[in-house]
Amino acid sequence: MAEPLFKVEGLKVALPDMTRKPLIGRAPMVEILKGLDFELPRRSVTGIVGESGSGKSTLGRALVRLIEPSEGSILFEGRDIAHLPEPELRPLRRNLQMIFQDPMSSLNPRRTIGAIIAAPLGQNGLGDNLDARVADALKRVGLPVNFAKRYRHELSGGQRQRVGIARALALSPDFVLADEIVSGLDVSTQAQILTLLERLADDMGLTVAFISHDLSVIRRLCRHVIVMKNGEIVEQGPTDALFANPKHAYTRDLIAAIALPEIDADWLKAG
Amino acid sequence: MTACLDISGLSATLGDGRRILRSVSLTVEPGEVRALVGESGAGKSMIGKAVLGVLPPSVRIVEGSIRLEGQDLGALSPRDRRRVIGAKTALIPQDPLTALNPSRRVGPQMTDRLVHILGWAGDRADRRVRQLLDEVHIREPDRVMRAYPHELSGGMRQRVLIAAAFAAEPRLIVADEPTTALDVTVQKQILRLIALLQKEHGTAILFVTHDLGVVAKISQKVTVLYAGKVVEEADATRLFADPRHPYTRALMAATPRYTDPFASLLPVDETVLAGLAAEIADADRRWEAGHG
Repeated sequence: MAEPLFKVEGLKVALPDMTRKPLIGRAPMVEILKGLDFELPRRSVTGIVGESGSGKSTLGRALVRLIEPSEGSILFEGRDIAHLPEPELRPLRRNLQMIFQDPMSSLNPRRTIGAIIAAPLGQNGLGDNLDARVADALKRVGLPVNFAKRYRHELSGGQRQRVGIARALALSPDFVLADEIVSGLDVSTQAQILTLLERLADDMGLTVAFISHDLSVIRRLCRHVIVMKNGEIVEQGPTDALFANPKHAYTRDLIAAIALPEIDADWLKAG
Repeated sequence: MTACLDISGLSATLGDGRRILRSVSLTVEPGEVRALVGESGAGKSMIGKAVLGVLPPSVRIVEGSIRLEGQDLGALSPRDRRRVIGAKTALIPQDPLTALNPSRRVGPQMTDRLVHILGWAGDRADRRVRQLLDEVHIREPDRVMRAYPHELSGGMRQRVLIAAAFAAEPRLIVADEPTTALDVTVQKQILRLIALLQKEHGTAILFVTHDLGVVAKISQKVTVLYAGKVVEEADATRLFADPRHPYTRALMAATPRYTDPFASLLPVDETVLAGLAAEIADADRRWEAGHG
């Protein structure tokens, strides 16, 4: 099997605990990720699931080096990026893209959609043929080219999330972090965005870390799953196997807590 | 039997005259849970707000009636309406953190309603709230009542609000997306708690949600709403076994299920949307003809 895109060992992240910060002096550190080992296979979508406070978003942010880990290594393409300083990270940033949960707050309201998609292109030395590149990016996510002239508020929730995807993919990255990108959406829009991401990941050979609290969505989209709880990985493996035979009690609890759209009088009583 | 809640032909408009509720009719029988389900903008929360008498000032009810245990709210003076709504209904809100005042302890916020609206003595209200905290499995009522909202977890805050809602023995509870902000395991506990208290107290619930999974687990009756119009109404068992409106079927097809990962995940398609648009245009034409 090919070398994984990411190989992570002993990853720890500690952040200052602002709720316990004394009036003067530093806040005490609290460990958010407590030593994680995992790999992200190439050209495959890996789901990261866990409840709030499990550390799944922190994990994503460490992968794209929005935060620096306190310990451990993050091998990306065989190179440890865990402690790279920003100037050395910058050339890698094009390859480490992210799509956020809330496109409303991640898209600048005062810039046109075209300018929003163009900005990272310019910064990454792809400033030639900007209009054509923006048009391609829009077409790729199924938006009309004239959307480049519009503003955030003129778009629906689903369209805004498409713009978020277009912006991330315009740079043709190898890796995309998708952090709860469908959780604020209606089911119909969610279905559109999921099928779009599924198709694009396939077409472009993307490696995706798909963070979600929704196991039904993960089951649908991801080939591998990492289950997190309290900053630790409790279980990981191929999605099929994990759902067929969940080994950890917490995984079983999570699966049992999914409310399927089916009548089941015993569901509320069980578990 | 008189319905606990009887909404009949309810239409509401925004300031510009646009209808946001289109002749909505639904009933909630005593002791029954009716789910009101739809996508964002369908008007489901608006109906809950209308029942509780807290519509935003820009929304005007232009036709139809809301009856609580037979009493027509529209026929009452604003003062009497508030009194009836206060005595007969309660709300379980979506976000317990915004529903609770951050600068006050939880206990007094729970007894407020009993003391100020129902006129109970302070110690009676206090006893009642403790009893309900016990029913929602809060082991340390003293600590919780002395706590400020931020000192409690999300699930704990939602328990507190459920206890507060049931404390005054309302006939009807409007639950507005009460589990949407919660983790799945906490959601299940909260749904179980609502179902349990609902049965024990014989309370009717209008359960507003966008989540068909939650609908299937909590409700006996379902009303499906699209653009302020009821598109399907049925017993929950029938609705999930045999959804009849194309939109209901489309919503179900759009919902992923871990048990069926290879089913094609389809958004509500153009044909269904066109059909809905035609239904709404037709309803609006007839309404305008009657109100020209």
